[in-house]
Amino acid sequence: MADQVAERIVTRRGPIVSSWERLKRRLKSKSFRSGVATTMATILAIAGALMILFPIAWMLSTSLKTKFGVFKIPPEWIPMNPQWHNYSEALTFNPFHIYFKNTIFYAVSVMIGELLSCSLIAYGFARLRAPGRDKLFLAVLATMMLPAQVTIIPRYIFFVRVLGWRDSYKPLIVPAFFGSAYLIFLLRQFYMGISKEMDEAARIDGCGYFSTWWRIILPLSKPALGAVAILSFMWHWNTFMGPLLYLSSNKKYTLSLGLQMFRAPFGGTPFHWLMAASLVTVLPCVIVFFFTQRYFIQGIVITGLKG
Amino acid sequence: MGVLARVIPEGKQARRETLAFYFSISPWIIGTLFFTIGPVIASLLLSFTKYSPGVGFKLPVWLGLENYQTLIHDRIVWKSLQVTVYYTILAVPLGIVASLSLAVLLNQDVPGLSIFRTIYYLPSVITGVAVSFLWMWILNPQFGIINYVIAVLVGPSGIIPLGIQGPKWFFSEQWAVPGLVVMSLWGLGGPMIIYLASLQGVPTPLYDAATIDGANAWQRFRHITLPLISPVILFTFITGMIGSFQVFTQAYIISGGDGGPNYATMFYVLNIFMNAFRFYRMGYASALAWILFWIILALTLLSLRASRRMIYYEAPGERR
Repeated sequence: MADQVAERIVTRRGPIVSSWERLKRRLKSKSFRSGVATTMATILAIAGALMILFPIAWMLSTSLKTKFGVFKIPPEWIPMNPQWHNYSEALTFNPFHIYFKNTIFYAVSVMIGELLSCSLIAYGFARLRAPGRDKLFLAVLATMMLPAQVTIIPRYIFFVRVLGWRDSYKPLIVPAFFGSAYLIFLLRQFYMGISKEMDEAARIDGCGYFSTWWRIILPLSKPALGAVAILSFMWHWNTFMGPLLYLSSNKKYTLSLGLQMFRAPFGGTPFHWLMAASLVTVLPCVIVFFFTQRYFIQGIVITGLKG
Repeated sequence: MGVLARVIPEGKQARRETLAFYFSISPWIIGTLFFTIGPVIASLLLSFTKYSPGVGFKLPVWLGLENYQTLIHDRIVWKSLQVTVYYTILAVPLGIVASLSLAVLLNQDVPGLSIFRTIYYLPSVITGVAVSFLWMWILNPQFGIINYVIAVLVGPSGIIPLGIQGPKWFFSEQWAVPGLVVMSLWGLGGPMIIYLASLQGVPTPLYDAATIDGANAWQRFRHITLPLISPVILFTFITGMIGSFQVFTQAYIISGGDGGPNYATMFYVLNIFMNAFRFYRMGYASALAWILFWIILALTLLSLRASRRMIYYEAPGERR
């Protein structure tokens, strides 16, 4: 035994280490522990992602069942006979094609209005100098903090009673052309990051202030404009209280109002149709989001970090 | 051409720029006057009147402070405050903890970060009526998937037979608001993205130095990460609190518009809406709206004041 130990001392460099010691040392090493940490984090992240996606998958699953199939216990996870015709039924039970058209008209109009107005207004705040400019910008920020409830009642009275815009999209669309504080803030921050040399070069070439805005700043700010367009479109696609207040005739309803039509008392709500229609309502936003997530997330992050 | 530009007197150039500025701002000025400042003043005045426009033209009747006196004795108003505060107390802290944990998790060099970000952010993109209906279905007491899972796990014939039955959620007075909180947690991707971005702004050398000094993961989080992202947490806390005080759509949809069962989902803004547009008590509703404004303002200022000792702000000039 002694000569075996002696042999080990002579033939190996460094301290005597048994294989058990070596295993323990590797388990404690930083690279292994951080590898384990990363793997565990990944597993948790995947589990969480599945839980997040599950409701949407469940929405799809429910939409493909029969009216009473949705009530089966234990529930069918993937329906055996997908009832694709649910979709055509749900969307014709109520005139969803009309609601869809209305919602597109509304969301796109507002998006255009906000894009035009906010980019011009933000340009003024970011690039043009004038007395009182910064105080006015503080006022813009202040309006962001005002809860909407303080203004909805007089706005309703103004639009419906004074202007007579009853059952109309005008109260919903017209204000968009006058700017929106949050988007003005976002664009102004972005514009302030554009190098001033562009402006000066344009000025030297004879551009007035508005040509500079239209021909130089706007094209340069496509990412920010993209973020504004997407935020505006998505927000107004999903909005509920505005249309609820100002639209009364069924044929003018947006999708968010139209979805309510599926409600029936005493548990008679046709969930298979409701889920089908909900999925259709939600789908455009999801698609837009997938194609534009970079702009979207960028917009959120900019206002979140600087806020 | 450049020489010519310098020859033009300062005053004239400045005046043209000022004019251009006010011209470019004009939509905002007009809009704010008509759609913000005007209405704010009008609603303040309205709050002192009784104004119930039905058919035909009626003028507001001056009431002085009577609306405010009525409001103090209105049981429904107090109930609505209670519902709203209950929801806020549950949803905001839980939301922050959940989103922050998720952000920290994803920040561990997880592969495919952008895919995870997309997936977790997805629910925030589809807010609104469809989501409310979806969760009404998921939290359906008899047929919803959540109660089924509860039954399978801890029900009378479940894996661990504890005899626990899933609550009646939106049909129960006690579980309606918690149900809404669960629904709101689905949207934790929104704040998470902001936290993730700010986490990635924490300089790594700080962590390395701490590790060398012997700090473990929790100590690193508590003494480096948390202080450095505390301004962002404050931001999401305040915006989350303001948002939860203004909950309307979910409450309207899941209760069918009446704030039930037994006012368990009568959120404050829902109550304002009902008073203004169902009962046509617009003066009273305006008073309610102004109270909400003061409450939100007070809470925001309180949060800012209370947080001063807890928030670490970098020295000015270091970050911009």
